Amino acid sequence: MSAFNAIGDEREIDRDEYTPGVEPQPTWCPGCGDFGVLKALKQALPEVGKTPEEVLTVTGIGCSGKLNSYLDTYGFHTIHGRALPVARAAKLANPDLEVVAAGGDGDGYGIGGNHFIHSARENHDMTYIVFNNEIFGLTKGQTSPTSPKGHKSKTQPSGSAKTPLRPLSMSLNAGASYVARTAAVNPNQAKEIIKEAIEHDGFAHIDFLTQCPTWNKDARQYVPYVDVQESDDYDFDVHDRAEAAEMMRETEDVLNEGTVLTGRYYIDDDRPSYTQEKKAVGELPDQPLAERYFDDDAEWERSYDLLERHK
Amino acid sequence: MSDDELIWRIAGGSGDGIDSTSQNFAKALMRSGLNVFTHRHYPSRIRGGHTYVEIRAAEHEVQSRGDGYNFLLALGDSFARNPQEEAYYGNEEIKPLSENLDELREGGVIIYDEGLVSEDDVEALNLDERAEENDWHVFPLDLRGLAKEHGREVMRNTAGVGATAALLDMDLEHIEDLMEDAMSGDVLEANLDILHEAYEDVNEEYEFEHDLRVPTGEHDTEQALLSGSNAIAYGAIDAGCRFIAGYPMTPWTDVFTILSQNFPDMGGISEQVEDEIAAAALAVGASHAGVKAMSGSSGGGFALMSEPLGLAEMTETPLVLVESMRAGPSTGMPTKPEQADLEHVLYTSQGDSQRVVFAPGNIEEAYEQTRLAFDLAWDYQIPVMLIYDQKLSGENKNVDIEFFDREPSPDLGSTLTEEELKEAAHDNSGKFKRFNYETAEDGVAPRSLPGQKNGRYLATGNEHSPVGHISEDPDNRVAQMDRRLEKLEAIRTELDEERDSTQTYFGEEDAEYGIITWGSSQGAVEEAVDRLNADGHSVRGLSVSDMMPFPEQEVTEFLESVDEAMVVEMNASAQFRGLLQKELGRFGEKLTSLLKYNGNPFEPAEVVEGYEVNVAEEEREPTAQVRIEPAAGD
Ligand SMILES: Cc1ncc(C[n+]2csc(CCOP(=O)(O)OP(=O)(O)O)c2C)c(N)n1
Ligand code: SF4
Repeated sequence: MSAFNAIGDEREIDRDEYTPGVEPQPTWCPGCGDFGVLKALKQALPEVGKTPEEVLTVTGIGCSGKLNSYLDTYGFHTIHGRALPVARAAKLANPDLEVVAAGGDGDGYGIGGNHFIHSARENHDMTYIVFNNEIFGLTKGQTSPTSPKGHKSKTQPSGSAKTPLRPLSMSLNAGASYVARTAAVNPNQAKEIIKEAIEHDGFAHIDFLTQCPTWNKDARQYVPYVDVQESDDYDFDVHDRAEAAEMMRETEDVLNEGTVLTGRYYIDDDRPSYTQEKKAVGELPDQPLAERYFDDDAEWERSYDLLERHK
Repeated sequence: MSDDELIWRIAGGSGDGIDSTSQNFAKALMRSGLNVFTHRHYPSRIRGGHTYVEIRAAEHEVQSRGDGYNFLLALGDSFARNPQEEAYYGNEEIKPLSENLDELREGGVIIYDEGLVSEDDVEALNLDERAEENDWHVFPLDLRGLAKEHGREVMRNTAGVGATAALLDMDLEHIEDLMEDAMSGDVLEANLDILHEAYEDVNEEYEFEHDLRVPTGEHDTEQALLSGSNAIAYGAIDAGCRFIAGYPMTPWTDVFTILSQNFPDMGGISEQVEDEIAAAALAVGASHAGVKAMSGSSGGGFALMSEPLGLAEMTETPLVLVESMRAGPSTGMPTKPEQADLEHVLYTSQGDSQRVVFAPGNIEEAYEQTRLAFDLAWDYQIPVMLIYDQKLSGENKNVDIEFFDREPSPDLGSTLTEEELKEAAHDNSGKFKRFNYETAEDGVAPRSLPGQKNGRYLATGNEHSPVGHISEDPDNRVAQMDRRLEKLEAIRTELDEERDSTQTYFGEEDAEYGIITWGSSQGAVEEAVDRLNADGHSVRGLSVSDMMPFPEQEVTEFLESVDEAMVVEMNASAQFRGLLQKELGRFGEKLTSLLKYNGNPFEPAEVVEGYEVNVAEEEREPTAQVRIEPAAGD
């Protein structure tokens, strides 16, 4: 008998299964964009046929990091900025798990920036959702890597002298094979993009614009969105790297000027995921390692067979 | 001493093949029935620079490097000979000879490479005069010339080994076998020619006017020559570890490399990642998902692991981390041993943080304690650390093959099967009470793995309720904290009652004085204790391996049994002595310290001398490199 029977369970899944019982209720502020991510995920997961027990959500720290406290899957709420390395290893240990990592812009693009670049570079098969509210929420409103230049906060009283980071271009350049941006106030698109990202075989990065009405009242997330796929004004091939890069540049140039474009920016279906690459070079076993410990017939190599070369 | 042991030192430049040559020579000595122990000294530099390896071979057991040595094979530093390199490397061409003479014992033998060390250089050293004073036997040989004639210049190592064998009256058989295993074709032919010619040239040209011979020995079982890093890596393999993540840093890189090279064949996973925070976090992620995982680093890299270490503890994710110390602070001396990260390893990470820490004292212990580390980590869901150093990591020693003949244990400890999960406690919404303090025994609440039916829960680094929800409820906090704290006590009890002691004792049982040490200083102390007792002193030695939880009872008994004790460790701030006093709360008046922190490990004679000055109160100054700290109140 397999040790992981929840994986591949084909039954109909009720969306309520993803909601924990009475407790805990989200502690997010009223109007917080984070509710939008939670809702979109709860809708997307059953639609892609995943049972709560075959999903592992791994989050960082911040208001965003609490996502999996309110979502009834297997969850790992890690530490500030470290969701991705934990998630990557869980996926390698058991490639059959559906791994969704999430965190904030401070969490993922700031303290965890290095992990972000390398996870994209390696193209790990997982979905990474960054709640981008252009601010540190949980620590009460400090400037984040995506806050616009000139942004004033208690720690940047004269206004930030830094140009904001460009998450879409960054992940494209780092090697992510799926890059999209969506927004909490655009729930249908958000759900569709999350579904696509989960089904994508490779590192799927979603820059998810979430408003923080408590600390970031000036943020542009309130203005209407334009879906780049739906609008006639934008025409580019989402599979073409150069065109995607150009669109991202344009989008990121105007984001803080009141124009918010969302949608899919880059999809590369041909690039093998890290799991595939690692298997191809013979560094990842066919049977998930995690399974092997429950397999009574598994052969465990003895180190003393290695002693030959030490004689 | 020199009559029953050979300490052969091969010196040259880094990158000259000193390491591989000495490894093979050590094996040849082991195969001829001797016990061997190697000590490696090298600079933090890839090519050039002075490096040496010492091989101590004797019929009796050897646990340590010796004091000084009695046979020098000085190869030139070829790289300093390249004029273009000189600006960078400096004028180091005769270092293999000049740097090594101070420690050569009386009656010792020197072979130096005439092809690389010029007559003028030798004259400048006053070699003739010194040789006469010390009764050294000097053999200038053109090793480079010989090597060039039959093959390539780099094969001068082989010429050196051939000459050594001739001067020691040694059989070439084992050396030839090892060469045949390692190479083939023209390279093998050339090397064999060089070996034989050097051997014959020396035999024909020189009389054996010195006393050194290879001691003769016999092993009744087969032996393996392996390093502390090998022992840790193999211990991990036998414990069922199949996931390693790391970032290179000397000397931890050795364990990382050995596992990375072996894992593909045994279905394990190795990941070299972006930094040490990631490395330890990956190990946590893999362990969470159900694989026995390990990571590690050296001091500077381990500093970054403090975060994931705490995460593992709070989420009760089993984990083994190794910390291979080198001299610090900061980048310190990358290739030099020190035992100065003890406090770093014991106390890093915020909160009432706890972990198990073992400090193996020799190669066998490194293997045993690595297995133990995995057992405890998975049984108790707690991070377990192995702290060792550059010395233990890189030294090689022969170990009886039978020592390793045991079953692998891929047991996931306190992890439930789906069957068991069905019976386990759940909350109203169907979540598994993963952190159930009500039913925990010894603080351990059995866990589930992602993907198992009926096992859903949240693991979080925040304080949490039984199903893992973030919780700041005071009662829950106290219950969870108390439960986690209980583990260390339970582990202490298990170590005291169910397992063989991991502490090592040597010397006389009812001795007047004690020497107490930890980790890799064990070997030198063991030998020193033997020598002191042979000289009529009454000394007992104790080497402590359990740093946390501390073996309070055992150490108390030891310290109560002696009048005074000297604490020997390789650091400047007496960290282990501090731990003793913190854990035991007394004995301050009984303890003195012998400290060494110049980048070289203790030699037994230094410990003997420290004891004579420190404890037996002989009126003399100890060696400059060793510092003595008086007892409290002095
Ligand atoms: C190592 C570390 N540094 C700092 C913090 C404090 N901290 C908690 S949340 C947070 C900012 C989170 O901002 P963001 O990732 O943008 O998430 P948000 O709260 O806006 O969702 C910080 C700095 C921490 N928990 N750990
Ligand atoms: S502080 Fe901002 S990000 Fe955090 S919950 Fe409130 S609104 Fe949301």
